[in-house]
Amino acid sequence: MALKRKLMLSAALALAFTAGAAQAEISGDVIKIGVLNDRSGLYADLAGEGSVIAARMAVEDFGAADKGINVEILSADHQNKPDVGSNITRQWIDVDGVDVIADVPTSSVALAVNEIVRQKNKAFLNSGAGSSDLTGKACSPNTVHWTYDTWALANGTGKAVVQTGGDTWFFLTADYAFGHALERDTTAVVEESGGQVLGSVRHPLSTADFSSFLLQAQASGAKVIGLANAGGDTTNAIKQAAEFGIVQAGQSLAGLLVFLTDVHALGLQTAQGLVLTESFYWDLNDKTREWSERFAELNGGKYPTMVHAGVYASVLHYLKAAEATQSDDGTTVVTKMKEIPTDDPLFGQGEIRQDGRKIHDMYLFQVKAPEESKSPYDYYNLRATIPAAEAFRPIEEGECPLVQG
Amino acid sequence: MAAARDIAEPKGRMAGAAGAIPRHHYAAFAVMVALLLVAPLFVYPIFLMKVLCFALFASAFNLLIGYVGLVSFGHAAFFGGAAYITGHTAKVWGFPPELAILAGTAAAALLGLGFGLLAIRRQGIYFAMITLALAQMIFFVSLQAPFTGGEDGIQAVPRGVMFGFLDLGDIETLYFVVLAIFLGGFLLIYRIIHSPFGHVLRAIRENEPRAVSLGYKVDHYKLLAFVLSAALAGLAGGTKTIVFQLASLTDVHWTMSGEVILMTLLGGLGTVFGPAVGALVLVSLQNYLAQIGSWVTVVQGTIFVICVLTFRRGIIGELGRLLKRSL
Repeated sequence: MALKRKLMLSAALALAFTAGAAQAEISGDVIKIGVLNDRSGLYADLAGEGSVIAARMAVEDFGAADKGINVEILSADHQNKPDVGSNITRQWIDVDGVDVIADVPTSSVALAVNEIVRQKNKAFLNSGAGSSDLTGKACSPNTVHWTYDTWALANGTGKAVVQTGGDTWFFLTADYAFGHALERDTTAVVEESGGQVLGSVRHPLSTADFSSFLLQAQASGAKVIGLANAGGDTTNAIKQAAEFGIVQAGQSLAGLLVFLTDVHALGLQTAQGLVLTESFYWDLNDKTREWSERFAELNGGKYPTMVHAGVYASVLHYLKAAEATQSDDGTTVVTKMKEIPTDDPLFGQGEIRQDGRKIHDMYLFQVKAPEESKSPYDYYNLRATIPAAEAFRPIEEGECPLVQG
Repeated sequence: MAAARDIAEPKGRMAGAAGAIPRHHYAAFAVMVALLLVAPLFVYPIFLMKVLCFALFASAFNLLIGYVGLVSFGHAAFFGGAAYITGHTAKVWGFPPELAILAGTAAAALLGLGFGLLAIRRQGIYFAMITLALAQMIFFVSLQAPFTGGEDGIQAVPRGVMFGFLDLGDIETLYFVVLAIFLGGFLLIYRIIHSPFGHVLRAIRENEPRAVSLGYKVDHYKLLAFVLSAALAGLAGGTKTIVFQLASLTDVHWTMSGEVILMTLLGGLGTVFGPAVGALVLVSLQNYLAQIGSWVTVVQGTIFVICVLTFRRGIIGELGRLLKRSL
């Protein structure tokens, strides 16, 4: 038995070594952080290895080694498959003694991890997934949802765009549950803010040809075309809209789920004028600039997305709470995380609500025209700041069983 | 796809039409059972359960491709469809696990009947395309229907208590239940293959016009084989839902149909033990290579290419050739 444990320990160490984060300290608690995300597919750029780098930076900045706390980082690719992600999570927890799972983009995998972590009483720091169910129906005393959720994106884009003059909307909606939910949420916000939805059209998932849908959107005369879709569908729609000269003709595109890496891939020529909501951008203030430059150096020159920022900030806050409680028990640390106010260079000061929702400002950005951009990754103009108090779904509307009305 | 040609003309026809069950099959089976009984002491049990579910899935698929020569490219529909039905009945309707899995299996069988009635009228690539098209419809339904939860899937499916006394929350109990389901399914497939019915299936595979001329109603045999294969694939899917407590779009996606073909080819087309070995190899790759990140798919592809180029009969097929026995 002892031999087996030794073997496992050395295997875990080898893993930690490949992640490059093995600490020299052996004494004290070993906090093992498993960064689980997509490292080969659709989300490899916006999460992937960058999230591991971010977690490593958090451990470094926390000064774990100086404080005598031993932290190891493991990483794995869930390949966007819930069963693969679920298997890795269980194995990490049962065999490798992992205490915290971080990142986990793709809602289906995140929801699966959420359940396992709750059963095993560990901690789950979600940054990459958007499902607002994580702090709603599926909320758990072991989960913190850090960076963003679909409600916040719909709300941010919907409200801020209407307030800055885009009061008539037309939706291009991916025809499945996720797209419908985005359209529904955004419509509600737009109408509440005094805007008007002129119509919408549903396109099949992963379609290659948006021309007929874009023509309908153009003909509607709406000032804003909302893209209630994600990933490849969003980028395809933006590319084809550029070919139709939709933005040049005076309509603007509002992406409801667009990341910095998507804009980078599209290029400013194509993406210019696009309006989108994020909770982090590298060029917000001195602190974010400094951190992002450090990050980019470690990440081959690629700048961080809000998902990377969220992994950094959530791991940092977790370590603070773990230090304060001297524990790596799931609910103990997460409860502490909710008690102490959050403070980090990327999201500033904030708090974590009872339902696990991290509260901070959200920002409405507009993608720059190529001539406005002065340096690499100089992509966004800040159009509006959505204050923390209004940025997220009110706690009582989430139907989270942890919150007693 | 080089594989498609291989499938269309299976080469390793090691499983001859011998009537009695060969003695070395008993030995191989005993070895397999013994390994599976002690395996959880050394390997993570949840991982083993995943392997068992996929092994059953691949064996069910092999029944069709290896013994009837029908290449279905839509088996994900049965696997994933059953996973959804099991998840829904267990979570929302509160079925105990045994009934939920049975419901999933029954749904897959019904689905198989529908698919089969349409698809067996055609052969070769047309058959594959019809099954693929129908499976894509099931994918679309899974994406759209409210009960499947869209891309989030059905999460937090309770494992429950089987037959009122086997608490599946306990990992060991769960392992042995899954093992029993796998062995049951495996033996059933074995029995089917070695029954007179199985011999007729092989006759159809070897020479369909001759089977017709001998007076066999070929379509009836094909349909029954198709439904059996679908039901067993459903059994595997339903069991997987109980193990992982979730059912998701991954299970109905066409790549799942591709994966099961890969497992069967890798292990050995038309061999009794091959698909299970193929499933073990592929699931292990997915799982243990997860740490190396973006190389997973590259490694998987390379192994597939090596397999097709150097040992076309698959692992067990080649082993059987070396031992001069059909395994």
